[in-house]
Formats: sequence, C-alpha cells, structure tokens
Amino acid sequence: MKKLALSDEILLKVDKPARYIGGEVNAVMKDPKEVEIRFAMCFPDVYEVGMSHLGIQILYDMFNQREDTYCERVYSPWVDLDAILREKKIPLFALESQDPVKEFDFLGITLQYEMCYTNVLQILDLSGIPLFSKDRTENDPIVIGGGPCAYNPEPIADFFDCFYIGEGETVYDRVLDEYKENKRAGGSRRDYLERIARIEGIYVPSFYDVEYNPDHTIRSFVPNNPNAQEVIRKQAEMNLSDTYYPEKPLVPYIKPVQDRVVLEIQRGCIRGCRFCQAGMIYRPIRERDVNYLKRMAAAMLRATGQEEISLSSLSSSDYSGLAELVYYLIEEFGSRGVNISLPSLRIDAFALDVMSKVQDIRKSSLTFAPEAGSQRLRDVINKGLDEESILKGAAEAFRGGWNKVKLYFMLGLPTENAEDIEGIAVLADKIAREYYAIPKDRRNGRVSITASTSFFVPKPFTPFQWARMDTAEEYLEKKDLLRQKLKEQLNYKSIRYNWHDANLSVLEGVFARGDRRLSQVICSAYRKGCLYDSWSEYFRFDLWMEAFEENDAEIGFYIHRERDLGERLPWDFIDAGVTKEFFIREYNRAKEEKVTPNCRRACSGCGARVYGGGVCFEERKGDEGYDA
Amino acid sequence: MTLRIRFCKYGILKFIGHLDVMRYFQKAVRRAGLDVAYSRGYSPHQLMSFASPLGVGLTSDAEYLDVELHSCDSPEIMTERLNAVMAEGIRVSACRILPETPPNTRRENAMSAVAAADYLVSLKDGYQTGLENQEWKDKFRDFMAAKTISVLKKSKSGDKETDIRPMIYEYAFPGSDAYPDSCMERYQNGLTVFLRTAAGSTQNLKPELVIEAFSESAELSFDRFAWQIHRLQIYRRSALTQRFEALIP
Repeated sequence: MKKLALSDEILLKVDKPARYIGGEVNAVMKDPKEVEIRFAMCFPDVYEVGMSHLGIQILYDMFNQREDTYCERVYSPWVDLDAILREKKIPLFALESQDPVKEFDFLGITLQYEMCYTNVLQILDLSGIPLFSKDRTENDPIVIGGGPCAYNPEPIADFFDCFYIGEGETVYDRVLDEYKENKRAGGSRRDYLERIARIEGIYVPSFYDVEYNPDHTIRSFVPNNPNAQEVIRKQAEMNLSDTYYPEKPLVPYIKPVQDRVVLEIQRGCIRGCRFCQAGMIYRPIRERDVNYLKRMAAAMLRATGQEEISLSSLSSSDYSGLAELVYYLIEEFGSRGVNISLPSLRIDAFALDVMSKVQDIRKSSLTFAPEAGSQRLRDVINKGLDEESILKGAAEAFRGGWNKVKLYFMLGLPTENAEDIEGIAVLADKIAREYYAIPKDRRNGRVSITASTSFFVPKPFTPFQWARMDTAEEYLEKKDLLRQKLKEQLNYKSIRYNWHDANLSVLEGVFARGDRRLSQVICSAYRKGCLYDSWSEYFRFDLWMEAFEENDAEIGFYIHRERDLGERLPWDFIDAGVTKEFFIREYNRAKEEKVTPNCRRACSGCGARVYGGGVCFEERKGDEGYDA
Repeated sequence: MTLRIRFCKYGILKFIGHLDVMRYFQKAVRRAGLDVAYSRGYSPHQLMSFASPLGVGLTSDAEYLDVELHSCDSPEIMTERLNAVMAEGIRVSACRILPETPPNTRRENAMSAVAAADYLVSLKDGYQTGLENQEWKDKFRDFMAAKTISVLKKSKSGDKETDIRPMIYEYAFPGSDAYPDSCMERYQNGLTVFLRTAAGSTQNLKPELVIEAFSESAELSFDRFAWQIHRLQIYRRSALTQRFEALIP
C-alpha cells in the first residue's frame, strides 16, 4: 500500500486532503531506485489550480517517457498545511513517492504569473532548500524555472540556478542527459551549470554581472563565465503534430479549476495585439494537424473518462481546421454526453451554430473582448475587433436565444482619454439596444451585460514594454468615470460592472518589468508573511509596501515612467524571436493609431520567420502589404 | 437494466469524500466503456445511485452503487472491465444485474434499501485508550448491557437527546485473524470492536458516536483520530423474512 508523508491525523485535519496524497488516475508510479534522475515538477499554487495546467502535464508525460527519469509533482501546500509543516518541521514532499523534495535532483518551477513569486519561496523554504541559489550546496536540487514569466526572470533570478526560456519540448532531453554525464564525470553543481549554460535557451543567472547607472537603470549586463551565452534564444517546438502530448492526462479526485481534457490545437497567435505578451512570445503561430488532434481527443477521453473537452489556443477561430475538428467531436462524442468547450472563439455564424449544439443557450453567455471602448484606442492596441462585428455577432446571438453577454476591457491603455473610457459604456449600451430591437415576443427575458475592466500592465516583449503604467489612483479615477458614464446610459440597469484590484496590478507591473534588485524585496515580503498573493483574501499590500521601503526600492521607477527606447531593459539578453526593431516600429504605429495586419494577411517582419516554420511559411491568398 | 456494483475502498482513497467518489465513478464507467444511460436535457448526467455515503477517513469492504445501463456483459466480465480502469484504493469485488421490477411497481434503489451496516472499529497504532485492552472490553460490555444509551445527536434541527441502544444491533470483539480477506488496515494494538448498527435514511448511527458515548461514560478521553472505522457490509431488510441481507450477498 502507498505510504504517505503525512499522518492520518494531519490529513483529516486539513482542508481537502486529496491535495497531498497523489495516486490519481494516470499518475506515473516508478521505483525511485531504478532511475538516475528524480525531477520534482512544481506549479507554485494550490493543487486545484496547478492540476489544471497543461504545460506541466506535457512535461510530466515527456520526462516520464524516459526510463532513466522519474518526474513527480509538487504544489503549494494550502495555508492550513503550511502552518502544520512549519510547526512539525515536516519537509515538503512530492505527490507520487511522497519523498522530500530536497532529495530530488531537480526542482522545476513553472512561472505562469508574477504574483506567484512568494509561493516559489514557500516551496523552497518548506523543502529545506536555501532561498538564494548562491547558498545552495551539492546536496540541494538544481532549481530550474520556466514558463511565461521566465521571459523576464530578473526579479527572481537570485532564487534560481537556471531558467529554461521557451517551450519545453526542444532541449530538456539535453538538459537531463548532461546531468547524467556530469554525475558520471564526478562533476560539481557548478560544472553542471557550466555544461547547460552552453545549451541554447538555458540561462544561468549567476554567470552574468549586472551594473547600474546612478539613475538605477542598467549600465551593463555581461557574462562572467566563458560558458555563458551573450544572448539566450527562446525555444520553440516547430512540429507540433509530431511531439510529446499527454495521451493519458491525470484525473484528480477533487475538482480542479479545469475539470476537463485540454486539447491544444495550436500555439501562438496571428493577431499581434500590442498589449499581449503571449501573442508575441509564442510566435510564429503553429497549428497541430487536424487528424492528429482527432486521434488525441479520442485517446484522452478514453483514458480519462472526462465529460468535457476544451479546445485551447489564444484565438481558436484562427485555427484552419476548426470546423472540421469541432463537428467531428460533436458527432463522435456528443451522443456520449461529452461537452465541448471553446474558449477564445470569435462570435460569428459558425460559433453560434457550434455553441447552440454544445451548450444550453439559456445558461451560456457570449464573450467579447474588445479590450478598449473606442475604435481609436482599439487601433492603438491593434485589436482587430470592430464595433460593427461585435454588434452584428451580438444581434445574431440574441435572435438565436442568447441573452447574456460578457465584455472584457482594459483601463489604463497607452494614449487613453476620457472619450475612450466613455466608449466602453456606450458600446455596452449599444449591445443592449440590439437586444431590445428584437420584437418583445421573441425575446428571452431581459438582457444581462457584464462589463469587466482590468488594469493594463505593460509586459516585456510587447510593443508597450516602454510604456508608463497608470498609478492605482489614476486607475481608480478612470474606474469611477466609467461607472458614472455607465449610469448615464439608457440601458444601465441591464449592465453590470466589475473591476480588478488596482494594487495587485501595480505589483504585477513591477515584477513584470523588474530587475534583479527586486529579489530582496520579494524575500522581505515573504519573510513578513506574504503568500498566495494572487488570492485576494491573502494579498497583503501593506506588507509589500513595507518590503519595498525597507529595501529602498521605488515602485515608480519600475512602472510609472516612460522608458527611453535606448534604455537597456532587464530582459534584453533574451531573444524571444521577435526583434526589438519590430517592437519599436509597433510602438510608433500605436501612437500613430495605425493598425498592423495579422500574420495571415501580411508579414510585418517581426523576426519570427527565423524559426523556419508556422504561419511564416504558409501561402498567403493575397498579401495586403505592410508599410514598415 | 440496473447493474449493482460492490467495491472496496482502502489505502489513500480513504481521504476522498463521497462526492468525489461519485465523480470518480462517473469517469470510471466512461473509461470502462460501459453503455450507461443518461438523463435527458442539456446537461445529461449518468443514472447512478450510491447506497450510503462513506465518511472521509473510513475504509470499506462493501460500498454499493447502482448504474442504469442499456446493455451489459455478465457480472464477472463487468467486474473485470471496471477493475481494469480503477485506481489503487478502489477495487470492484462483485457486480450483479438486478432483476427487472414488475410494471407499475416502484423499484428499490441502492440508497432506499439500506437498513443496517457492519463496522470494525480499531484503535490505531500510536494511540492509547487509557486502559488495558481487556479492561476496556469489559467496560464496553457493561456499557452495552444498559437498556438505554442516551446521547446528544447532532442534527440539522439542533442537538437532540437520543437513545442509541436500539440502533446497535450487535457487537463483538473479533480476533486478530478474523476477516482475512478484508482490505482493512491492521494494527498492532489489538483492540477492535465489531458493531452492527442502523443505517439508511430512516435511522442511522455512526459507529464513532458509539465509541464517543462509551468513552464519556467510562470517563475516558475520546480522540476521534485514534480510531479507524472500517465498513464490512451494508444490508437491506428482506420484506419476506425481515432478516438482514447484504446488498449483494
């Protein structure tokens, strides 16, 4: 019978003990003595969140296909168990073997959002691994980071031995092979880091020195080790139809956030929205073959018994085989009670047909993400969604029986003015008017429109990486203006408004574009008790402010200033596949309110073509041209 | 047709609550490719009914659920098909195709049938009762000899003074070699009580409450983490003989 790291008594005292016992359907069980490499793969958030993440499942499957490697999972203990582990001095353990993380060769941590950084420290701390990489010894695991936040790893650089920049399918095998060879050669921890520093995509922070100017900007960023590469090149898997994909995903006992099979239909996005980091760093867009996807869908549903399959991508409507795939899934699995969910779908006739087949119209809602309230500002951010198509889509849906609409916007976008903000209210009202234009006897009760605003956070590797971010006060003023404008609308009673926490966005902004000096701030905040910052009930802005003050770090420096185009940015040593020249060009076009066509209409020469595949090599029906 | 499934729950699965076990079986019958019947409507669900929820922390040799199927293999093959997709901690021990109910009669489902259940309550290693085992057993016998055992039973409408003695049908002290085929955990302490108590929707007595009431009467401290409760069987009452019959004999 499986042994557990925690006693019955502890497990019966904490909330949801299933978070800590492993043993789920399709969990991989190996004998740790039979392998050469033990890899602890961590998502630094609670189990139900971490188990919903596709990337980890891909790597878990990929690593465990190696006979010499046993990959296990680790998630953040919830606050109740956190207290017990500290009090009883129980080391953090991996779910499969229940062995302490400290005994592993690797601790891999995926960085999906900035506000998980204190949770990263919790994982290290509870594992008994020194928080700072410089304090680690030969007895500690190699701590490796990856995921979207690794594109600016500097704020957490001091906590990691190395980072993997880009998609895991390409060079992880070499990273693991080098580990074995180094062990055989009797090499040290440092020897190993020198070996992998030479692998494309691997960044070893301690092999670089940073110097600063008197104004705190970066003067120089140079390798201090001959093995370290000047530029770290992002990794991208160019054949997504012949690579690792988990045919037997894990099935948790407790309900995860995503309680469904996830089928990633493509990676990347052709749209080029100027605020969107994912749309830039995952370039070029690469589709998976539709027959491959059909095969994977069938295999995954069979292996999991899940009742729902979700097609995942940044913009599903741009997948060329979407109709074929969706109608296949409906035909093949719809009768067996399998639900199909299609997030990020543009609302058009096809979408409405599919939605009417797979969802209960009375319960489901339409989602639009115009992101900005006016056409002017949508042109600034290059969001290729115009008012006409929103209203047309909504009207069509209303005639089909829908009556719920969700709208997503951002406040604080570059060049935003009062008219743009009022535009949000006007657009919401226009949608409601479309609804009430339908004869009363053919309406389905009242229309319900929910408008949500988030605080725009400029991200690295986007055309807005130099932009000034609003202060919390400015944001809240804008929020108040929008509320007032909504109240002035004819149909204001049908419109609900939600807004995000401004302080959380401020910190997200700081860490998104932060530098190495921030690791001291993060460490102080953690020591003060900050944890689970992305959970509003545990977010302690006051403690964070203390941490900034004690370390002489100024928030304004990181976010409330427009950066000079010539300034050395903390993430400049990473080549994300898209050139800085392109970002500068796009930033200028944004200011000129000039739209850039999507990748299928014209090539804007972003630089991703060097990856040798994807949309860059598709045949275009007619090039609209791009005036660079 | 209705397939009744009996399964054991043991090991780490004791930490999985009833609602999650239901979710687990919904997915398991799909993995096994069973020809399950669904309810109608936009969010169809499988027609499935569990006999009696088992609390978190408890293990069992005999949990039951009924599943509506359109077609089905022999009970032996169904058992095999299900076991091929089970996780460590749940094992199907038997299946039975229930006889068709005559028209216009209400079919008894797994849940409505339950009348009693057998339990073993064992002292886990690392815990003490405060008495020698023999002394504990003697005092327990005395406790059970009383005509009434009055306890405060918690219910939705508030705590209620209840006599639980009539709900305890049998008790015994089985030897350490009893139930050799059971999936229950075994402890060195050697203190195990067998209890048959009322179960089901009309009357239900948790074995934990019996031990708690006894501890209180014997002036012993009661630690709910000290006891492992294991369900051995669930019974219905035969309409014909009024005897208890296992849901799958």
